[in-house]
Amino acid sequence: MMRRLRFIPFLVLALLPASCADQRSHAQAIYMLVDTSGTYSQELDKAQRIVSYLLGTLKSGDSLAVARVKSRSFSEKDIIAKATFTKDPMQVNNQKRSFADKIGTFKADLKKGSAYTDITGGVIQGAEFLNETEAGQKTILIFSDMQEELDYKTVRDFPIDLKGIRIIALNVTKLTTDNVDPRRYMGRLEWWEKRARAAGATDWKVVNDLEHLERIFKGRG
Amino acid sequence: MDSWQALLIWPGNPVLSVLVLFVMAIPILYGARQAMHSLLHALFRAISNPLRLGSHWLFKTAEELRQRNKLVLLSHGREEISQGIVKEFDRVTSLVQRDLHGYPALQRKLMDEITRIEEDFQKCGEVPPPPPEWTKAVAAIAKIKSSGDGLVERILEDISDSIDDVYEKVVAEYRESSTKRHNILKGFMPFWRSVDQSLNRVDKNLNGLKESAAKIDEQMEKYTQINANTEKAEHTLTSSATTLFVISLLVMLIAAGGAFVNFWLIERPMEAMVGGSEYIYGNLQASYLAAMVIIFFETLMGLFLMESLGYTHLFPLNGVNNSMRRWMVWISLTILLILAGVEVALAVMRDMIVAADVALKQELAGSAVTAAATASWALNIPKAAQMILGFTLPFALAFVAIPLEYLIHSGRTVFGALLVLGIRGLGFATRFLSSMTRQIGKGTEYLYDAVIFLPLIIERVLVNRGLGTAGASGGRAAFPKRATSGEHIL
Repeated sequence: MMRRLRFIPFLVLALLPASCADQRSHAQAIYMLVDTSGTYSQELDKAQRIVSYLLGTLKSGDSLAVARVKSRSFSEKDIIAKATFTKDPMQVNNQKRSFADKIGTFKADLKKGSAYTDITGGVIQGAEFLNETEAGQKTILIFSDMQEELDYKTVRDFPIDLKGIRIIALNVTKLTTDNVDPRRYMGRLEWWEKRARAAGATDWKVVNDLEHLERIFKGRG
Repeated sequence: MDSWQALLIWPGNPVLSVLVLFVMAIPILYGARQAMHSLLHALFRAISNPLRLGSHWLFKTAEELRQRNKLVLLSHGREEISQGIVKEFDRVTSLVQRDLHGYPALQRKLMDEITRIEEDFQKCGEVPPPPPEWTKAVAAIAKIKSSGDGLVERILEDISDSIDDVYEKVVAEYRESSTKRHNILKGFMPFWRSVDQSLNRVDKNLNGLKESAAKIDEQMEKYTQINANTEKAEHTLTSSATTLFVISLLVMLIAAGGAFVNFWLIERPMEAMVGGSEYIYGNLQASYLAAMVIIFFETLMGLFLMESLGYTHLFPLNGVNNSMRRWMVWISLTILLILAGVEVALAVMRDMIVAADVALKQELAGSAVTAAATASWALNIPKAAQMILGFTLPFALAFVAIPLEYLIHSGRTVFGALLVLGIRGLGFATRFLSSMTRQIGKGTEYLYDAVIFLPLIIERVLVNRGLGTAGASGGRAAFPKRATSGEHIL
């Protein structure tokens, strides 16, 4: 009798790990900055496509926020839409629909771009939002040409904290001046990478091929 | 490097220095020959002896394990064959009770039918009475030749007519009698058929009994062989266990495939129920675990169902009476049905979630949802298929208990045999290493002698001349005789 019951301890051992829940967060939080300054505001269609892709990819428990980059971007008011998706898949779908509607409305309402481009302010605001979500994987997507232009009153030349956050620059278009001297473009990206890494960012990536966005979130865990 | 240089007599000429050092060392090496031989012998023995001991132990353990495996195997085989014999006897008993029980009635029926047939047959044998004797006399008169007398002719004609009448009557009677006999014979047919059927049934039953007896004989033969602990019985049982193990493993793998499909069928809706963002351990999502728990629970219920029905004997349920068993059957079957119902509901829910996701993605992509297409009945086929799968898979999983039992039972034999093989292999490797170490030791001794070959040749020459008494009594012989016995190679 005892021989036949000897596999029971193994069963109990196998089920033991189930009793202790994993404390690490497996959720993903994404903060997307959309540049609305100058001529770049014409790229909003692409930004909307990216948002749609993100909405289609994110799951229950994940967070998404889309904010605009304008003359001064360190403000909650610049967040166009934000959501943390619930557990119920049907409700998640409703949240996603509402999110997509807000982005659509924003795009329709945007008449003209801002005079300046405060990317740093947006990044600081994004880091704040992401840290509050306590997600396991935090990402800031910067949909911009990465040309920061600040007015004389705005102060952004101080060290920032991006620990545990990865930065991905999307659709970094080449400016007319970049075409004259490509080193300007390279230098600009190099400067941002250096700044992100110095701020403690876990990764820095530039993605200009928007047809393969899945590569950005490959190996999510 | 500096210490090496310090050893050289002529640092500028290392070859010559080494050569001189070697020549100087030869007498010392010759003097230390016996001690060095003893040292090498002891050193290599120190390695080879434990290896040899280990090898002995491994072989002994393997043999003990083999004996133990044999004991378990034969005991299991004995139990199995006993069960088989009991089952066969049960079959014979039920056959005898069912069929032979009615044999007296059958025999009476057969006797009645045979008696009736006999009586009828006797009736058939009755011959109609012959025509009256006077017909012969009349026939003789009728043969008298006509003499032309009118009266006589008329009399003869009358006689002839009478005879014809009599014959016609007799023939008619004979025909009537024949018809009666034929009718009686015709009436035999159902009886013959009935007798034939009864005898066929008897024949069939007796054949069944004969087959059962042959099977019992066969089982008894095996049982005798097992009791006699013959090698043949052991080999037969091991081979049978291996075949059973492979087949059970194959069936279990197929069942695992079914469980995998089942898992993916319910994982998505479970995500909605327990939350897709919840993780239990590492990358193991709570929904995965919940789906697995349902599948394990179904398997467990299947296990109990099979156990209660008596198809498997994984648990010691000897103390459980029939009434309790029936309860267990109904409880496990009910739970299984409920779980199958839950799976059907989850399959529907999965379909709804997938449809909602597709619609959302279409919306996000900017294309209109194809409402007309959703109305098509063909689109309901996957949903129906999922529902059917959801309902049938739990019951299919319930049958896993049967191959599982065989896998466990045959696994003991197969793994036992593999373990014996492994231990024997290890024993052989240890023995081989031991033997190799000993041979290397001997080789090293010979190499040592080869280095100091010159003094050894001189010693041999002196010994041959009879002057080497000191060498013969004080040290080992330079070229000892090769051992002829007690040498262990492998």
